Amino acid sequence: MSDLRELYLEMVTDHAKNPRHRGKAEPCDCIGTGNNPLCGDKLVVTVHLDGDTIEDVKFDGEGCAISVASADLMAEVLSGKSVDDAKELFSGFHELVAGEGTPEVPKKLAVFSGVREFPMRVKCATLAWHTVIAALNGSEEVTTE
Amino acid sequence: MTQTTRIADAFPALNQTVGDKPLVYLDSAATTQKPTCVIDAVHSYYEHDNANIHRGVHQLSMRATKGYEGARAKLAALLGASKDEIVFVRGATEAINLVAQAWGRPRLGAGDEILITEMEHHSNIVPWQLLCEQTGAALKVAKVNDDGSLNVDSFKELLGEDTAIAAFTHVSNAIGSINQVKELCTLAKAAGAVTVVDGAQATGHMHVDVQDIGCDFYATSGHKMFGPTGIGCLFGRSELLEEMEPYQGGGDMILSVSFEETTWNKVPFKFEAGTPNIAGAIGLSAACDYITEIGYDTIHDIEMELLSYGTKVLSEIDGATLVGTAKQKCAILAFTVDGVHPHDVGTICDHEGVAIRTGNHCAEPLMHRFGLSATCRASLSVYNTASDIDALATALRKAITMLA
Repeated sequence: MSDLRELYLEMVTDHAKNPRHRGKAEPCDCIGTGNNPLCGDKLVVTVHLDGDTIEDVKFDGEGCAISVASADLMAEVLSGKSVDDAKELFSGFHELVAGEGTPEVPKKLAVFSGVREFPMRVKCATLAWHTVIAALNGSEEVTTE
Repeated sequence: MTQTTRIADAFPALNQTVGDKPLVYLDSAATTQKPTCVIDAVHSYYEHDNANIHRGVHQLSMRATKGYEGARAKLAALLGASKDEIVFVRGATEAINLVAQAWGRPRLGAGDEILITEMEHHSNIVPWQLLCEQTGAALKVAKVNDDGSLNVDSFKELLGEDTAIAAFTHVSNAIGSINQVKELCTLAKAAGAVTVVDGAQATGHMHVDVQDIGCDFYATSGHKMFGPTGIGCLFGRSELLEEMEPYQGGGDMILSVSFEETTWNKVPFKFEAGTPNIAGAIGLSAACDYITEIGYDTIHDIEMELLSYGTKVLSEIDGATLVGTAKQKCAILAFTVDGVHPHDVGTICDHEGVAIRTGNHCAEPLMHRFGLSATCRASLSVYNTASDIDALATALRKAITMLA
């Protein structure tokens, strides 16, 4: 059986316990709400944009360790990136946690590679990403169901 | 060997390892495991007797019909009903929808009220919301006390001459509280309401006598009482079933069909359109035999001992808090763990071989009542043992060490 330590790496539990990007991006240029009906989690992601550049991402809401850590590390990785970069990063991240390939992703996202062995947790890891992409695309609410 | 070890031996799925750990199954409120006699009954039906029922004149059809109708008689005996008061459905959800649509829809209108409680499973909320939308009736919700028991005063206050239907659960699937359904039926009846009891979480654990309870309708699911999925039953008082229109149209529910006029078959067949889940009914029949053989008294004694042990063990874990501590309770342990989200608890337990349910348990309003979005739930059955609870405690301590 897959190792639990691969899922709950130190960086993951650290960001889950002490998220750095909880709150609301100011000024808030786009906002998205993500629901994971499976665990009852709800995440609000706000983005401050400067033209096409993501200046700041913040999230709020309750979630499991995987979804909170994923939201927090996503916020860190997206800062300073373009909207197109964000979409590309999500595509790589999605492949990492739910696909079969070995995508190149920033180190801070690579800590979620263990999620692949826990299919029930893929939705937790991708909730924040689905939400931010929906926000950037101009739709407000997404669900991982 | 203890008695409970012998009970678990009858359930082949319990005898396995998940990963490298022996399975500890604590999710019986979601669905119980199946004893060998149920699995064999389904297998034997398909191997020897498979045929359609009621209309065939050949041997196999007669055997299949005998098995299917025999199942109806078994359920009737188990619930204290007569055979023609038992309608086969897919499960408690379909039973409640049947009552809402076939009894409620033609009779309710604006000004009528449907009274439910805060502790209902979504299956005893949403069918009534649909009925309210269709008829203009209003939904009223009786409160739950802090310990998870029903606030009977709130139920009484909301009952009135406008209450057309009072629908409440026998046992809460999320926190285990047992409602005093006999008292609630007496109250509702005095107010002139038709009563619907959701018995999905009751019939696998306690003796249910619909005559004694005095309900008009009682819904239950086979798969939560050791039977197969996709089969359950609705008990309905004869007078009500007789006056109701059919739920669905099709074969077997009619006496004669012409393009000018179609006449309905008699009760309960009027409500069973199409080829039913014959194998499921036969499996459920074997489950009834299994329950009768063990006896509800023994089931109750074993489960109450486990509940009391589980309550004690969880109370000794720092950071674990029980949700639902009603005096009258089934063996369901709902809890939260400080600093660890239920979903993470569930994954770590699973890694230890311990299967629990996490989430809102299809009872979102009840979760909100307690200010929670989710809980962990260990639900026990007659085949569980004290060592299963010890395994849960070990897994919880691991979760706390890792994540809290």
